[in-house]
Amino acid sequence: MTFDQILFYCLAAIAIISALMVITRRNPVHSAMFLITTLFSVAGIYLQLHAEFLAAVQVIVYVGGIMVLFLFVIMLVNLEVVSTERRFNKQWIIALIASAVLLVEFGYVIVRGGKSSLLPPVTGPAQDLTRKNSEQIGLMLYQNYMLPFEIASLLLLVAIIGAVILAKRRLASDK
Amino acid sequence: MVPLNYFLILAAILFCLGVIGFVMKRNLITMFMSIELMLNSVNLTFVAFSRHINVLSGQIFVFFVMVIAAAEAAVGLAIIVAFYRNRESLNVDEVDRMKL
Amino acid sequence: MTLPQVPILPILPELILTLFGIAVMLFDPFTAKPHKSWLSSLAFIGVLAALAGNVLLLAAEGEYYNGMIIVDSFSVFFNFLFLIIAGLSILASRQYLVREGVNHSEYYGLLLFATVGMCFMGGANELIMIFIGLEITSISTYVLAGFRRTDLKSNEAAIKYFLLGSFATAFLLYGIALMYGATHTTHLSQISSALLTGRIDLRLVLAGTALMMVGFSFKVATAPFQIWTPDVYEGAPIPVTGWMSVGPKAAGFAAFLRVFFVALPALDQKWFWVLWVSSVLTMTIGNTAAMLQSNIKRMLAYSSIAHAGYILVAFAALTPNGIASIMFYLLAYSVMNLGAFAVISAWSLSGERRVTIDEFAGLGYRQPWLAAAFTVFLLGLTGIPLTAGFTGKFFMFRAAINSKLYWLTIIALLNSAASLYYYLRPTIAMYMREPGESGRTSAPQDSAPLQISMATKVVIAVSVLAVFYLGLFPSTILDFAQSSAFLVH
Repeated sequence: MTFDQILFYCLAAIAIISALMVITRRNPVHSAMFLITTLFSVAGIYLQLHAEFLAAVQVIVYVGGIMVLFLFVIMLVNLEVVSTERRFNKQWIIALIASAVLLVEFGYVIVRGGKSSLLPPVTGPAQDLTRKNSEQIGLMLYQNYMLPFEIASLLLLVAIIGAVILAKRRLASDK
Repeated sequence: MVPLNYFLILAAILFCLGVIGFVMKRNLITMFMSIELMLNSVNLTFVAFSRHINVLSGQIFVFFVMVIAAAEAAVGLAIIVAFYRNRESLNVDEVDRMKL
Repeated sequence: MTLPQVPILPILPELILTLFGIAVMLFDPFTAKPHKSWLSSLAFIGVLAALAGNVLLLAAEGEYYNGMIIVDSFSVFFNFLFLIIAGLSILASRQYLVREGVNHSEYYGLLLFATVGMCFMGGANELIMIFIGLEITSISTYVLAGFRRTDLKSNEAAIKYFLLGSFATAFLLYGIALMYGATHTTHLSQISSALLTGRIDLRLVLAGTALMMVGFSFKVATAPFQIWTPDVYEGAPIPVTGWMSVGPKAAGFAAFLRVFFVALPALDQKWFWVLWVSSVLTMTIGNTAAMLQSNIKRMLAYSSIAHAGYILVAFAALTPNGIASIMFYLLAYSVMNLGAFAVISAWSLSGERRVTIDEFAGLGYRQPWLAAAFTVFLLGLTGIPLTAGFTGKFFMFRAAINSKLYWLTIIALLNSAASLYYYLRPTIAMYMREPGESGRTSAPQDSAPLQISMATKVVIAVSVLAVFYLGLFPSTILDFAQSSAFLVH
């Protein structure tokens, strides 16, 4: 086994185990902490795949932004009430069966699909991908993907307005 | 070297764990966290394919998925806060004002 | 680094809408409370300006921004549809927002931004654009559904729509990821040509197609992904429900049609049967459940599911005529449904009371014009001749018959006939029953004369005229739809 493989197995194991913890912990704070662990290990896998920019964004935006927001909201709402509730809802057996079927299907598609000649294993470093990943992504964002990049700002505007209008405290003018 | 399939299978497992979490959990915030898990597995799939075929566009897609995840988180958590203010509970079984 | 050219014209309607959306919110703090309704006029002017901009688009056909968006008569048609929906919704919301005490300019801003997202979905030529447009629309809709934020039902509608919507988005994205892995691109026509080479992994493509179908089915509320619809439609504010049942749904269908006919025609025999089954399920579930409802919003929610099923019948025809008839029907359905919701909004009382079917009793005596208009909309939704609903269904089912889908058409016709039962119930209540007969004693202020604002009257009048115009003279619009449908196919 090469170092690369050992690294991958470690990161994958951490990701899967913490993902399992996310969905089995009763306390949402614990779930959030384990989700952060998953996000970190996925960021590690991004580095392995030479996506340095995304690995950085994953840590900065997901862990530093989104997950902090999650924790903030969990703290804001009444934690004691939440943590004493039952963990799973009543349909969990059906859910488990449906998800198992889904997993088998994905597994079949990917394993069988991967065996064909069109999806050979990744070998050797790619020529262009390894160098200056962030610079290339920046160039693409401002050239080929300029329109979606600009529209994403509208999306963020909508999110800001939406979050403010829904979460702001009640005003005297409200009924 | 790690074959592409390994990354894809890892992503599929994470996606399914997200689905299981979403369907089985009772807490609104953890349900939402399960969705984040699913989005992450999608991102991993994109990055793995992007690396494999040596085209950066997959990574660009991931960038936009992250933007959208951030926007959804802001709005989603605001909705949850608004709900909590009225109801003082986050149990999904209490989202039951309207029944068939 | 050289920055690319930025052609303004192809995104003119979207730009205008965005600018007006921002302007509406900027002027809000400078507008005194009694004059807030002025902001809705500003939003409406924005829609009119965007309509004018959209006319200019007809002269600018082609692909822009590295193939991200495409301007063709398909996208222009859908832009018109989205703008008409936005304009009518803005007018229909005006009185309601004041009455419910949620007259914030953000409402109009979000409505305009959501329309921008819808326009991008109609003109998208790349999965990334469809995805971003879809998310702009969805996120705005989540917020609009929860806009009466002190009301529990509205909160619940927002939560349900948000959680299930994000869940479906994840499926759509996973589908896109697998498609990208198989075809190495997210550009629609490049996917199509990659599929035609035959050197791609079909299993990945099929899994991707299936997952994308899950995502789209959720957005247009077709079986088995329609479960969220009744609760969300019941809980959302009335004008938002009216808007949601036509706007995001039409945008969903626009993207659905574009993706499946431009990118995946090579696999149409594979996804045809999925559409067939989904169509039968959607129609039957929608119509059966609609019969059991007592709340009019819930009834129309199930009716909107049923209508999505009729649309899938024409989708399954897999012909340009089928696409054209879907486009025509979306327009017809939009005006009928928006009109119906405008009537419901006018008749309901503050706090969203008086929205059960029984409580429509006596509307025929108290407001004969309102009742007549409501009857027209309900008959249109049933598909009675002379109305837009009939012509629309006629074209769709004819397209299905031309593709030899006899069984599907028969099931659709039976469903249509069955729908008469629940569409007639409010009509019977309005004309045949006295108020209070249902056992409820109405408070004295509830029987005060109805104040219907000018804006609401305009919406209802325009919708009635449109129902008859589309019913009697469908050829102009159908011809336009047909010319654009050939471009897609």
